[in-house]
Amino acid sequence: MDQGTLQGIGTILTMIAFLGVCWWAYSGRKKKDFDEAAQLPFVDDTKVDDTKSSQDEDK
Amino acid sequence: MSSNVASTGGQPEYNIRVVKQFAIMTVVWGIVGMLVGVFIAAELIWPGLNFNQSWLHFGRLRPLHTNAVIFAFGGSALFAAAYHVVQRTCQARLFGGWLIGFTFWGWQAVIVAAAITLPLGLTTSKEYAELEWPIDILITLVWVAFAVVFFGTIMKRRTKHIYVANWFFGAFIITIAVLHLGNSAAIPVTAFKSYSAYAGTIDAMVQWWYGHNAVGFFLTAGFLGMMYYFVPKQADRPIYSYRLSIVHFWALIAVYIWAGPHHLHYSALPDWVQSLGMVMSLILLAPSWGGMINGMMTLSGAWHKLRYDPTLRFLVVSLSFYGMSTFEGPMMSIKTVNALSHNTDWTIGHVHSGALGWVAMISIGMLYHLIPVLYQRARMYSVKLINLHFWMSTIGTVLYIASMWVNGIAQGLMWRAFNTDGTLTYSFVESIEASYPGYYVRLLGGVIFFAGMLVMAYNVWRTIRGDVQQQEVTAAEPRTV
Repeated sequence: MDQGTLQGIGTILTMIAFLGVCWWAYSGRKKKDFDEAAQLPFVDDTKVDDTKSSQDEDK
Repeated sequence: MSSNVASTGGQPEYNIRVVKQFAIMTVVWGIVGMLVGVFIAAELIWPGLNFNQSWLHFGRLRPLHTNAVIFAFGGSALFAAAYHVVQRTCQARLFGGWLIGFTFWGWQAVIVAAAITLPLGLTTSKEYAELEWPIDILITLVWVAFAVVFFGTIMKRRTKHIYVANWFFGAFIITIAVLHLGNSAAIPVTAFKSYSAYAGTIDAMVQWWYGHNAVGFFLTAGFLGMMYYFVPKQADRPIYSYRLSIVHFWALIAVYIWAGPHHLHYSALPDWVQSLGMVMSLILLAPSWGGMINGMMTLSGAWHKLRYDPTLRFLVVSLSFYGMSTFEGPMMSIKTVNALSHNTDWTIGHVHSGALGWVAMISIGMLYHLIPVLYQRARMYSVKLINLHFWMSTIGTVLYIASMWVNGIAQGLMWRAFNTDGTLTYSFVESIEASYPGYYVRLLGGVIFFAGMLVMAYNVWRTIRGDVQQQEVTAAEPRTV
């Protein structure tokens, strides 16, 4: 196998990996999970005061 | 430590102390690192500023500047961001007990050691990895502790998913560990002197595999983690497309690692490696812009917030500079473009459009969001001062990069100009003479950006003291944090 063939195989494998990631990310069954995950920055907003420990920790 | 808190239900007691420590040191090291930058920019205009002291020489202070802004300022910002975000999005207190404090004090010790050894001329001479081997070992220990704390916290998370910001922080931590161990491999001969384990062209390739991925994983992946949390948070809406963020993540980390050879175009490096580096750099445009668009579009339907929220403006303009410099980078990696740009001030301009425009501005935006949260204040002391800082940063960055573009292209064209008989049209010193106007403008831009950091320090100090600018409150600012 020469270098050209190797590079061709490498290109195809990379392409398959990339399309695989796209297919996985955009498949319908992951939608609910991703919608939940996208809300994670806001989970600490809805809850009660969370920073009582910070008052005595002044730097 | 109190790792059982998470299992009791309700809100965990976050470790806020370490986040505060790193946030404050981000401000401090930002000022120090940028002051050194301003000084060496002045030295390029007035070389006499080194006062014939070897430790004030440009060649010794330049690595001090790069280490201070990248690893002290940028590093502290990343520690603060990673520790804050991982706790909040995992709903868990930091894992690791005393290791947490060790990452803070250890990292500060590394910075102080750098600030002493580099002006003394103790250096491995590897760019962005100048620190000698004893300091390298300390860096390794701190970094392993960082990984234990970060991934330990991920493992004890109470949320089902691992938020995408944590994926970027995780990739940043792992890859920097690999790069540091690979590139800093050396044989010590004395306590302060070592020789690289690699030789010749291989050493150069290992160095730029490290160097470019310090850009890719420290200055990009880490700060993208910051972006994926603080942009949604400040805009108060989820990221534009979570699916795009996943494709963005895998594409970015898969491609970045190959781009290093573009630093070695037309060198002794084999031609095919140079071409591979160039092609991979060009492909990088796609994931880079995917991330930029994802961040920008998070504001879709909420663009009006930019009118009265300068913190959000910092975050969004940093994304614009990110988009600009990730377009410029692939373009400069094209061999024929690189033949013009290499070794000129264009490179310096490119680096600073990323460093000032992207890294510094997103960190500043993060701090203006974070300081009131950490110290339980309703808002920063003065929103007007944030706005002032925003314009100082933007104008400073634009002056800096525009002057370096002009200089770089002028230098590149002068160096390649030939007379009909084959001799060079210009001597090297003529190209330096032609660069002087640009040097002045660069210094001016740097001074303005630096002064903006002082404005931030004042604003942060007043916020921590608990002050609020009363006139702004009575004018009923709509912004709350």
